[in-house]
Amino acid sequence: MLSNLINRKIFTLLKVQYSNMLEYRVEIALWAISGIIPFFMLNIWTNNNLNESINVSDILLSRYFLCAFFVRQFSVVWVVFSFEEDSLMGKVSPYLIQPLNPFFRYFAQHLAEQITRFPFALIIAFFFFIFNPESIWIPNLGILLLSIVSTFLSFLIQFLIQSIVACLCFWTEKASSIERLLFIPTLFLSGLLAPVVSFPAYVKSWIYLTPFPYLIDFPANLLSGNETNISGGLIMQILWIFILIPLFKKIWSEGTKKYTAMGS
Amino acid sequence: MVKNIIDVKNLSKSFDISSKEPGLKGTIKHFFRRQTKSLKVIKDISFEIKEGEIVGFLGANGAGKTTILKMLCGLIYPSEGSILVSGYLPFRRKENFLKNITLIMGQKQQLIWDLPPIESFYLNASIYDLDKFEAKKRIKKLSEMLEIDEELFIPVRKLSLGQRMKSELLAALIHEPNILFLDEPTLGLDINAQRNLRKFLQKYNNETNATICLTSHYMKDITSLCKRVICVHEGAISYDGKLDLLLKKLSPVKEILIVCRTEEDAIKLENSGFTVKNKIKNEITIKIENNSITSSLKTILNNFDIEDLFINEPPIDEVIGKVLIKKDYVI
Repeated sequence: MLSNLINRKIFTLLKVQYSNMLEYRVEIALWAISGIIPFFMLNIWTNNNLNESINVSDILLSRYFLCAFFVRQFSVVWVVFSFEEDSLMGKVSPYLIQPLNPFFRYFAQHLAEQITRFPFALIIAFFFFIFNPESIWIPNLGILLLSIVSTFLSFLIQFLIQSIVACLCFWTEKASSIERLLFIPTLFLSGLLAPVVSFPAYVKSWIYLTPFPYLIDFPANLLSGNETNISGGLIMQILWIFILIPLFKKIWSEGTKKYTAMGS
Repeated sequence: MVKNIIDVKNLSKSFDISSKEPGLKGTIKHFFRRQTKSLKVIKDISFEIKEGEIVGFLGANGAGKTTILKMLCGLIYPSEGSILVSGYLPFRRKENFLKNITLIMGQKQQLIWDLPPIESFYLNASIYDLDKFEAKKRIKKLSEMLEIDEELFIPVRKLSLGQRMKSELLAALIHEPNILFLDEPTLGLDINAQRNLRKFLQKYNNETNATICLTSHYMKDITSLCKRVICVHEGAISYDGKLDLLLKKLSPVKEILIVCRTEEDAIKLENSGFTVKNKIKNEITIKIENNSITSSLKTILNNFDIEDLFINEPPIDEVIGKVLIKKDYVI
């Protein structure tokens, strides 16, 4: 039954959403470009020789931030904003009475957008290597596959966290403001602005208990070849997914009882 | 014996509504001390609908018609009472239940705006577990019935409202549901598009014996499709029964315009005991009770020199309007 769901429904959703995304290719290119924060951070780190304090070479650091850029490109999530709008405008109503949870639609929308983004991200990486030729490296196939899995798990964690927050729309109507609160730890603790290794030891031990370092720091370190606990990181990612799925299911089932189908 | 497909008992629904006074003072007060009150929008209603029936829900804006439909299809959770639709509790949204129903809201769309409708149709087909062959067959059949073969490949945003509504219908019916919930399906459509849509719904009902629950402010939708109507007033049912019976009850008399040969004949008729509404020269309008129309007309034709006569049905909007407007209308 699950395989049928994945094979037929999700695949068709993905195909349709990909066609839809291709209608917005210029916007997606701009979105891809707007995700270049890691390159700014790289600039700040290298110009101030901050990498010396964490014993990471310039090359490894530049690879880390390039990988952070890639991971971010394929794990960025905006479901809370889409769901909030659809929920408030009553657009979600027709989907609620179909035999497929509406969040699968958003899920496919995100995946389709990632596929559309891919060539633009490659072009940006190409320019990055032109300006930083010493950073060029080819990860081995095993690491590359694990990194893809880890990036997908990172996307799943973010998608689930945001979906849980999105379900708060059933109570607060403006769930996106709660997401703004979550954006702060996501920004600082995920590894987007600085590798988590740069935090003081006592803070790090706490950070690694949260889902945030597994969003960017772990997959980016894995892909860039930096020292990281691969099995530990993957286990933590899977663990968070197993914690978040039942939480989402519970909040979804309670929330839909509160749904008033406003605007329709 | 035809079985009940919808069974509603003592159904109520309340919503928490917050109110805010106008102006800055009201805004600040609303920010610090939000006042909410529970508003009962559906009040203890009960009814049954049989398989294959087409039932019209009538009521003024805010009467509760759409809320009833939303509860019947499982979109919103009832506060009290019970609903059984096709043997299921709608709100549980079991897969088999959802595959049996559809909801079409005139002002809402599920088609993907930037893609041709055919993409949405195939997507819906896969959501309802139809294989590609079956989906293709149904799309062909429904598009022929709806006369939208050419529009299937044009992006939704480029379609006219009528074409879009037909495409919405196709998307909502691709899984061939047994129960259709239609909330203002002809909203905004021109007269021809409305007529075509009604024809299609009648045909769909004839061919599939589907049950249809319909709300509409266009009386023509109701009169041409529904034999039975449920009138909703301030969340309660004020009438549940046959439409023609309702019309008879609400309008027990007919107006008959009689053109007499001479003015003298008109004066004679005026004084013959009929209830006269007005008289202008040789034209006289009288009111006759529905149950005595035949005998009264026979008397008039036998005793007076009549040039022409017209039987006027009171406008149905006007008649139904009486039920919708009056707060304590007893039928």
